[in-house]
Amino acid sequence: MKGVLVILFYLAVGEGISLLMHKVIPGNVIGMVLFFFALQLHLVKEETVKPICDFLTQNMTLMFLPPAVGLIAAYELLGNHILTIILAIIVSTLLVMAIVGKLQDILGKKDEGDNQ
Amino acid sequence: MKEIINSEIFIVGLTILCYWIGTLINNKYKKPITSPILIGLILIIPIVLLLDIDYETYEQKTHVITFLLGPTVVALGYNMHKQVQSIKSNLFPILITIFIGSIVGVLSIVGICYAFNVPTQLMVSMEPKSVTMPIALGISERSGGILALTAVSVATCGIFGSIIGPWFLSVLRVKSPVAKGLAMGAASHGVGTSTAIKMGPIEGAISGMAIGLMGVSTTIVIPIIEAVL
Repeated sequence: MKGVLVILFYLAVGEGISLLMHKVIPGNVIGMVLFFFALQLHLVKEETVKPICDFLTQNMTLMFLPPAVGLIAAYELLGNHILTIILAIIVSTLLVMAIVGKLQDILGKKDEGDNQ
Repeated sequence: MKEIINSEIFIVGLTILCYWIGTLINNKYKKPITSPILIGLILIIPIVLLLDIDYETYEQKTHVITFLLGPTVVALGYNMHKQVQSIKSNLFPILITIFIGSIVGVLSIVGICYAFNVPTQLMVSMEPKSVTMPIALGISERSGGILALTAVSVATCGIFGSIIGPWFLSVLRVKSPVAKGLAMGAASHGVGTSTAIKMGPIEGAISGMAIGLMGVSTTIVIPIIEAVL
């Protein structure tokens, strides 16, 4: 149970900082970054939070279903633009993949030996 | 009857049931296209429509599930902590690459939406499509997007990228395992990572790390691009 409290603590701190910066960055992402550094610096013990983190990340797909069901309320809004939406997602996905892949191949070249 | 159908127990139970069937099918076939969210959606939408549950009620009653999104994003920090070792030797190029990748991901959506006169609300819903779902939903909410469109865009992006990715990367002659893993994770988050794991251990680990980095980077990039436009 202590692990749950630790997660909620970092979420709360993240939300607090987010409020201070007018919610430009969502509080949960700030919480995630703080939590990451807390683990790196051994402020939080791995074994305390492992069970709750595994539970949440392994079941997170369940949490996406309710927002996605919102399609039944939003389909009219999307209807006219459905082809553009599909095009945008496909083109953008390919572009990100191509640029990240090629750029890393070039920038990371000299380190490649370390990672084989 | 209506009262039972609109009760929290029924709606939450139904949602968990559809998700569970989705995971069973996915465990059997292990293909990107059988992702539990897609199957869950195909099962649940007709039932919700048939039982005449309005979305407002559905959303309200499932709040107990969606509340977990916030803690889950924090928990992703744990995954990053476990995988950070995999990028240490390559840290600087990886950070630059991911940062540029996140800018490209957002600007390409903005460009296409401008070209085809897509309303801003739809555009901001798609901007975080390469980011892992819990973070993407948070970004979309902040920008005033439609969460349903964000959820479907993120899922589509993941499924499409992980099906086409291995072929596309070989056509582009992306060679190093680090670059392949990074590209899969940056473009297609968790679904891409499950394909990257099959490509090799380095690809898998790097791809997992790319999910978190892409999430943080896109979170920072979107408000900046919004301010400029």
